[in-house]
Amino acid sequence: MTLRSRDLGFRAGTGVFALALLLIVCAIGFELVRQSLDSIQRFGLAFWRTELWDPVAGEFGALPFIWGTLYSSVVALMIATPIALGIAVFVSELCPAALRQPLVFLTELLAAIPSIVYGLWGIFVLVPAIRSVEVATPEALRQLPLFSGPPLGVGMLSAAVILAIMVIPFTSSVSREVLKSVPAAQREGAYALGATRFEAIRAALYYARTGIVGAVMLGFGRALGETMAVTMVIGNNPKVSMSLFAPQYTMAAVIANEFTEAADPLYLSALVEIGLVLFIITLLVNSLSRLLIWSMARSGIAAMTAEPPARVAAA
Amino acid sequence: MIGTARRKLVSSLFVAFCAISVLGALVPLGFVLFFVVAQGIRSVTIDFFLQMPKPVGEPGGGMANAIVGTLMLSGLAAVMAVPIGVISGIYMSEYAGTRLAALVRFAADTLNGVPSIVIGVFAYGVAVLPFRQFSLLAGGFALGVMMIPIIARTTEELLLLVPGAMREGALALGATRARAVFSVVLPAALPGIVTGIVLALARIAGETAPLLFTSFNNRFFNTDPRQPTAALTVQIYNYAIAPYDDWHRQAWAGALVLVTIVLVCSLLARLATRRLERMHAR
Amino acid sequence: MRAVRAAGAALGGITMLGAVVAAQTVQINGAGATFPTPIYSKWIDEYAKARPNVRINYQSVGSGAGIQQVSKQTVFFGASDMPMTKEQMQAAPGTLLHFPTVLGAVVPIYNIPNVTAELKFNGQVLADIYLGKITKWNDAALAKLNPGVTLPSTDITVVHRSDGSGTTYIWVDYLSKISPEFMKRVGVNSSVNWPAGVGGKGNEGVSGLVRQTPGSIGYVELIYALQTKISYGPVMNMAGELVKASVQSVTAAAAEGAAKMPADFRISITNAPGKGAYPIASFTWLLMYESPKDKAQAKAMVDFMKWALSDGQKYCAGLGYAPLPDAVIKLEQAALGRIKTS
Repeated sequence: MTLRSRDLGFRAGTGVFALALLLIVCAIGFELVRQSLDSIQRFGLAFWRTELWDPVAGEFGALPFIWGTLYSSVVALMIATPIALGIAVFVSELCPAALRQPLVFLTELLAAIPSIVYGLWGIFVLVPAIRSVEVATPEALRQLPLFSGPPLGVGMLSAAVILAIMVIPFTSSVSREVLKSVPAAQREGAYALGATRFEAIRAALYYARTGIVGAVMLGFGRALGETMAVTMVIGNNPKVSMSLFAPQYTMAAVIANEFTEAADPLYLSALVEIGLVLFIITLLVNSLSRLLIWSMARSGIAAMTAEPPARVAAA
Repeated sequence: MIGTARRKLVSSLFVAFCAISVLGALVPLGFVLFFVVAQGIRSVTIDFFLQMPKPVGEPGGGMANAIVGTLMLSGLAAVMAVPIGVISGIYMSEYAGTRLAALVRFAADTLNGVPSIVIGVFAYGVAVLPFRQFSLLAGGFALGVMMIPIIARTTEELLLLVPGAMREGALALGATRARAVFSVVLPAALPGIVTGIVLALARIAGETAPLLFTSFNNRFFNTDPRQPTAALTVQIYNYAIAPYDDWHRQAWAGALVLVTIVLVCSLLARLATRRLERMHAR
Repeated sequence: MRAVRAAGAALGGITMLGAVVAAQTVQINGAGATFPTPIYSKWIDEYAKARPNVRINYQSVGSGAGIQQVSKQTVFFGASDMPMTKEQMQAAPGTLLHFPTVLGAVVPIYNIPNVTAELKFNGQVLADIYLGKITKWNDAALAKLNPGVTLPSTDITVVHRSDGSGTTYIWVDYLSKISPEFMKRVGVNSSVNWPAGVGGKGNEGVSGLVRQTPGSIGYVELIYALQTKISYGPVMNMAGELVKASVQSVTAAAAEGAAKMPADFRISITNAPGKGAYPIASFTWLLMYESPKDKAQAKAMVDFMKWALSDGQKYCAGLGYAPLPDAVIKLEQAALGRIKTS
């Protein structure tokens, strides 16, 4: 064989494996669509507006699960984002160099703990704690729809807290990377103009805002797909509810709980359709997040030559 | 001046907030680890590692079958994922400009973000239903699918880090592309790749959702790949939601074992990365 | 490199050895109801001592999952507290036979802090609680049944099953017989649209939730209440007596059913007439194909069933289940002959 044909052989050989990876992703999408066709044909778009999930009558509506997934993820983000950004800023800008590595390591450790361990801790430690908080909520607040319902402990609040803890390391580490790529000129210019630390960092954050939004969305995508920890603390009740105290249900949790027993083909198809939608939503959120982070990295390189002046807060 | 004082105050509050938010990560971490260690340490006995589960409600027994099951599932997943992952990584780094490489990169990142429960549903349709059998193989397949993108991206990034001079030097000496990669570039990146594999293994060893409908569960010790098998994570789940205190104890012990494995792998990976960085810095 | 190759060889060796060893033992996979799991796991343990080359792996995943898995043939046998419906039986790729194994009871469990007295229930009250109509523990209807007990004004947290469950079937079957409103709004199935409450997975999940949630009520198989020492109360039966679940009261409930047992063994004995009968009792069944593909597994399962119907029955009382009436056992021994083992 000539050198050239051997090179072609190498390219083809490795290319086949690369193609296999691509094919696996396509296969997942294909398989999900194939198994959910029954449900798609039967229920159409109404599937996403209907609240009723009644396996007995064969009536399936996925609204409670979408609601539960979105609600839990959004509340988790509200809790996690400030903390994650605070950590990112602290580690990249404010902390003494000696502390940097250990802090980074510890934050990443949060991401390494398996979901089932969070769930176990959630059932035995977090839920009773949240129950005490719920019981201690003043009567006046309890009248609001946001805090209504019996103090069970299991419910949306526990799920959101656990999701927040699990999401913090992802958002924080990507934010840290994004902040690192902000050109030094930004901060130096701010300090030169007499900015306080907060104002200089704010300038850097503003500069990196695309990437940070991307980091937050990455955390969002992670929260959407989380299964085990959530299903152990959310109460598994397919009802749409505004209340943080109410037991609810997420898309991932219902699949985990009911998949092995969907005896009826339509039931199984409905569950797979939920899985399909989960797949599509996380695909979109993750792609968007990566796009934002990538565009941030690109503009970072372009901006190093432009050197715009940093914004300084007016006195 | 008042304006400056206010700005300084705001800045100090901000710095304080950032410092406190670090606690927002460390406190839950400490909490979780504390409980896992405190509750688990009493129950991690020799029995735990060597005995099988006792019938429902009878105290005692262990998780021997589950631990072995997790080891075998991870091993099978690695056997499947390492070749595909590493070689895809090689393709993506060697032919980085091509359209296929860009597509595969996108696919790998996508696969990384797919929720593990969805992968479980996929594996059920592809590896369980056609054979009418829950099996170790199906579970290993599901976990392998999850490992592939991690290994592929790690391999790609590490291969790209190898100085171009090494690759060009090999090519200049008349090596084929394949020779250059396998004899020169890959060995240089190998420690990092192995680290990536170890991290990927640690990650999938802690997965539960994809195993629920692929490897199912097994009361007994099982090494037959065509049969269902117990896994540490699934066993912890079953014990955690049960009402028996004894099972709760064992769940904590299982969690401690799992967290220890993950911690050790993370630490090793950290040390290895640190050594690599020092090596390359020279 | 050498280490990797060695590890790979070791893994391959273990896998092959595993396959070879497995070829000599008969491994049978089954899945289904959590209701009889304690007695099934005891039986499997004891049977394994007598026949060490037969390994029966039973997974407690709920009756709904058991029916689904056996219909899909991903397990060899299923287990369910709910007899399969005609539609489900028709959808299966072969004829599925039902074999009753034990009798059990579903009891209402509760967790009310500071209440140590035994609470009494009747079907109407339970139906109304599960319909969401009775929301506080000190409701008039509950107070009437329990004079002399100070019930708090705490909200009732209703706990039900989140998975497809034969235990649910027994519970709603009974409540639907008592309350036409319950029948209309909820209906009878292994998985229903609950008007209120929190879901737990398996009997284990429900008892776990009730144990941890003050002010809650749930329904589980008797043994789960006994083993976890959760309070459970007596229920009023058709004859107007307050009966607590026990081996005797469940046996009394089965008396009439045993006499009228149909050939396919599918029968409901909730709300049974007769003195001392516990109203929320049921048979539980093993589901097997009449002509299974794997004859070795079929032979082993038939042998196991024969053991369970004879020696196995003596373990029932210790775990809170009632043994099958003799008449039913005789019918079953004959019916086992229908399974084609060769």
